[in-house]
Amino acid sequence: MADATLSFTGRLAGLFSAGPAKPGDSYGAPGSGRSLGISMATTVLLIFLWWLVTHMGWVRPLFLPSPEAVIGRFFSLWGEEFAGATLLEHTYWSLYRVFGAFALACALAIPVGIAMGVNRVARGVFDPPIEFYRPIPPLGYLPLTIIWLGIDDLQKIVLIFLAMFAPMALNTRAGVRSVAIEQIHAAYSMGASRIQVIFHVVLKGALPEILTGMRIGIGFGWTTLVAAEMVAAEAGLGHMVLSAAEFLVTEVVVMGIVVIGGIAYLFDLFMRYLERTLVPWKGQV
Amino acid sequence: MADLKVDDVTVIYPTRGGGEVHALENVNLAVRDGDFVVALGASGCGKTTLLNLLAGFIQPSRGRVLLDGKPVTGPGADRGVVFQKHALLPWLKVLQNVTFGLKLQGVPKSERRQTARRYLKLVGLEGFEGHHVYELSGGMQQRVGLARALTSDPEALLMDEPLGALDALTRETVQELILDVWRETHKMVFFITHSVEEALFMATRLIVMSPRPGRITHEYELDFCRRFFETRDARAVKSSPDFIKMRETVLGIIHGDELSAGGNHG
Repeated sequence: MADATLSFTGRLAGLFSAGPAKPGDSYGAPGSGRSLGISMATTVLLIFLWWLVTHMGWVRPLFLPSPEAVIGRFFSLWGEEFAGATLLEHTYWSLYRVFGAFALACALAIPVGIAMGVNRVARGVFDPPIEFYRPIPPLGYLPLTIIWLGIDDLQKIVLIFLAMFAPMALNTRAGVRSVAIEQIHAAYSMGASRIQVIFHVVLKGALPEILTGMRIGIGFGWTTLVAAEMVAAEAGLGHMVLSAAEFLVTEVVVMGIVVIGGIAYLFDLFMRYLERTLVPWKGQV
Repeated sequence: MADLKVDDVTVIYPTRGGGEVHALENVNLAVRDGDFVVALGASGCGKTTLLNLLAGFIQPSRGRVLLDGKPVTGPGADRGVVFQKHALLPWLKVLQNVTFGLKLQGVPKSERRQTARRYLKLVGLEGFEGHHVYELSGGMQQRVGLARALTSDPEALLMDEPLGALDALTRETVQELILDVWRETHKMVFFITHSVEEALFMATRLIVMSPRPGRITHEYELDFCRRFFETRDARAVKSSPDFIKMRETVLGIIHGDELSAGGNHG
């Protein structure tokens, strides 16, 4: 009865106020409750709006092609080439560059971050260069990587790697800082050596932040991909999007963006799954 | 015969304003095998500083800390520490937490598991080997911390308000448990608390500390824990007339410290 008479504004206010907590919930916990349904509804609504504005002719296909046209391009480019390669080949090359850079960044940024956290010499050495280049957009040092490394794949991987390195190293360092001193003291009181403390306590304790750094890093990688493929790429999703834009083939531009976004989103879901399985204690202690 | 000695130790911290805080001044203490030394005092009296010195987490500004006659220069497996907040490693399960020290020392897996199981049984946690530490209650986590410290077989056990975070009922149970473990292992124990009743009940030697500068002002030899071993009746021990009398004496000292501290500020 009360529910039925509740006004629209009342319901709206209810979405944003701290309502009574159900068993298992905690009253006033920021952002509690499930959001999956709302996210799915938003997605469906956005696609519907896209479909609506294109079918009603409110926007010309040159500016925004219809969803069907974009999906059609997605399937047709499996077989035929666009900008010198099929969609599969474009995707392969982009994945190769992003994950090549990601592997390199994991192998270098995590040890550097650990070293910065546990050693003042390493912190003193790495802090100025990292803090200096970190805020520079990759497009800014793109010309320099070309002058130094040429225009083949190495240059592209290095550019993406540089974009990933700083956030991963700094997150790892923050993770080292977050390890409780009592845990370190406990390990020393059980006869641990410095190396043992680093491997058995510091590295494990920093793992939640290391994984967060990896998520942020790969995100930077995707944002840098198009810039990396701007110059002299023969294949790659960024190259495909840029070529399509040059010839005003807007369906392919949109399709390329959706593919990049989709792959990035899927990988982020995988990273979240990794987080749940590798650091189940996160937020528990 | 193992002994842990604090020889005329002073600890001075620099403050931000360029001044100095005398956390401890001219402190002398000797802990021997079988001793259960409890440090009691108002906050700021330097009891945790004293424990950190014994553990080797800090070095004295003046004086020496000696274990079996050798100077203490850092933490080591010969002095096990039980922390105020358990300080267990959440990525390890209960059994792995307890075997951690032996693993660091390179003891073979089957042997260290056997030892760990023995101590888990001793602290009443048989059957919890496979649990995550964050699945346990606060009292159980502290017992895991105790089992972990015991498993490395240290000469001394240093406990920094290990029961401070526990509720009254759990606290009394774990008090009795620690006493039983101590009697069984006969290790020397240095135990910090701010509960007068807990201090009197557990100590064979009670040291009362005062703040500004941190120092030991009173020492008492006590036998309430031995009476508990005879009768197994903690309530009777804690309500006996001489226990209550002692409690009032010690409370008087600590209140006096707090009053004079308040007077200084006022």
